[in-house]
Amino acid sequence: MSVLIYTENWDGKFKKLSFELISYGSKIAEMLNTKAIALSTGNVDDDELKKLGNYGASGILSVNSNNLNVLDNRTFVKVISDIAVKENAKVVLLANNNTGKALAPGLSVRLKAGVGAGVSKLPVSLDPFTVFKRVFSGNAYARVVLNTDIRIITLAQNSFDLTETDNNASINKLDPGVDGSVVATQVKETRKQEGKLLLTDAEIVVSGGRGMKSPDNWGPLTELADLLGGATACSRPVSDEGWRPHEEHTGQTGKIIAPNLYIAIGISGATQHLAGVSSSKYIVAVNSDKDAPIFEAAQYGIVGDAMKVLPKLVEAAKNTRGK
Amino acid sequence: MKILVCISNVPDTTTKVKFVENNTKLDTNGIQWVINPWDELSLTRALELKDDSSTGITSVTVAHVGEASSEPTIRKALAIGADNAIRVNGEPVDAYYVAAQLSEAVKNENFDIILCGIESSDHNGSTVGGMISEFLDIASVSAVSSLSIENGEAVISREIDGGKEILTVPVPFVAVVQKGIAKEPRIAAMRGIMMARSKPVKVVEPIAVDPLTSVEAFEMPETRAACKFIDPATAGDLIDILQNEAKVI
Ligand SMILES: Cc1cc2nc3c(=O)[nH]c(=O)nc-3n(C[C@H](O)[C@H](O)[C@H](O)COP(=O)(O)OP(=O)(O)OC[C@H]3O[C@@H](n4cnc5c(N)ncnc54)[C@H](O)[C@@H]3O)c2cc1C
Ligand SMILES: Nc1ncnc2c1ncn2[C@@H]1O[C@H](COP(=O)(O)O)[C@@H](O)[C@H]1O
Repeated sequence: MSVLIYTENWDGKFKKLSFELISYGSKIAEMLNTKAIALSTGNVDDDELKKLGNYGASGILSVNSNNLNVLDNRTFVKVISDIAVKENAKVVLLANNNTGKALAPGLSVRLKAGVGAGVSKLPVSLDPFTVFKRVFSGNAYARVVLNTDIRIITLAQNSFDLTETDNNASINKLDPGVDGSVVATQVKETRKQEGKLLLTDAEIVVSGGRGMKSPDNWGPLTELADLLGGATACSRPVSDEGWRPHEEHTGQTGKIIAPNLYIAIGISGATQHLAGVSSSKYIVAVNSDKDAPIFEAAQYGIVGDAMKVLPKLVEAAKNTRGK
Repeated sequence: MKILVCISNVPDTTTKVKFVENNTKLDTNGIQWVINPWDELSLTRALELKDDSSTGITSVTVAHVGEASSEPTIRKALAIGADNAIRVNGEPVDAYYVAAQLSEAVKNENFDIILCGIESSDHNGSTVGGMISEFLDIASVSAVSSLSIENGEAVISREIDGGKEILTVPVPFVAVVQKGIAKEPRIAAMRGIMMARSKPVKVVEPIAVDPLTSVEAFEMPETRAACKFIDPATAGDLIDILQNEAKVI
């Protein structure tokens, strides 16, 4: 038996979400009295692979093949499901991001395994195997029973704390003989978001809405985000107007994020916006209207003009960072 | 080429959901049902492609798994411009069940492009599209933010975790779409509403499929503590509070 954890790296370096997945997966392995096995694809060196052991993986499988350079859903699904069978995995764990969402459904069909998607807590019960997940775009949660021998979980990003241990995990290089003939997707061009903190990875997010009035007013907002080491986001009308890039749009039809801190400036707090940010640990709102619905979701609020409040926040952030 | 758009029927996105029967069922009282926002956008894109004669797209079909009560949603899709519809007459109990039914219903129809949304706004599963690809043994591309047909070939851009990719994929394939696929959803005009009445809806009976998951109960989110207000004149205090009280910076 095992818990198989699909990790992700970017140019050979693991993303934080991989360590979250291992921390979470090794807890489940403990509950099931079995071992957590990390699976890594692509070119990752041994020093980097070893890091997975520090979060509780007892075995590390590394698969490298030219046929895995591009995310071709069915090629990856075949490789991962074959390994899941070989390792007698009872739980297969992925991130609930673009990659996890691309792979979990195919694995479900191949392994006849129920999927719990966007899970944010440890299973509430093992028998029946029951997970806790967001439904109705964060307006409710559900306890979902996965009635199958193998179960697939996609873990919501930034919802599970890292736990470090010193596990001396063994590394195994696998060559599953990836069949290149099934690769259907031909990538013509890749545009990486270089050097920028990804919104979905960020622990602090400063976000602006229509109350920011003009794209020219974003200077102090981005400065605040930089000072706090965070990323910037925006509401839908702001990206629709072209004030900010589409990648920043959060909400039901944009990105769903769960940072530790979400600062909403000039955002009214429509349900569709909250759908993307309601899992944030703290929400802070700055809005000139004391009755704006965003204050119902926020723990801290300032009723005031964004253009007057922002410079004060920037100044205070400079002072604390200066210390 | 023929496009299939899979549509799910969901509560209007402003609905404050409530549950009944010991929190095991959605309280459907007073709920306005709409086409899942992503599916409305993929339908819009499919129709844009059909409008452009250079694409070679000749028809746009919508498919739905649901009981007769969801007919109005199907009619709405026809009014927006779909040519015809397929409804599998079964209760959509879980994603696996839905994907299996849709795959069975269309396996002999030779659709070239099958569009699904990245998630349906009720169960937030993000799984039906990828499952159909596996059931039908055809390729799938996820997080698709644009789709065009150039010289008979599908050109797609998709979001990856840390960037974007432009790619091509031979038909038939499933595209799981997200933001960007179309700008504004197309709305039904009077003429479309009239025409929708006479467009064909094929109703097929479900095959036997055991769902893999079941909802045991729903819960409401924990209520958050009331908002603490900070005087705008001393707004800078917020930074101190975030650092020393909330300890998040
Ligand atoms: C199907 C569907 C999906 C949607 N998906 C999304 C989504 O994913 N994300 C999303 O964001 N929206 C989404 N929307 C739109 C959503 O309903 C709201 O229209 C939108 O979130 C409002 O954006 P906003 O808060 O920036 O603007 P507004 O609602 O215009 O709010 C501006 C706020 O700024 C305040 N303000 C004005 N001046 C100042 C000032 N000087 N200083 C401080 N505050 C000021 C105002 O009091 C107001 O509260 C969706 C809608 C639909 C129908
Ligand atoms: N009952 C249904 N009938 C037809 N298509 C559906 C149904 N449920 C989900 N889908 C499709 O699958 C997509 C993703 O839904 P889900 O996997 O449930 O989040 C939706 O955007 C639809 O395209």
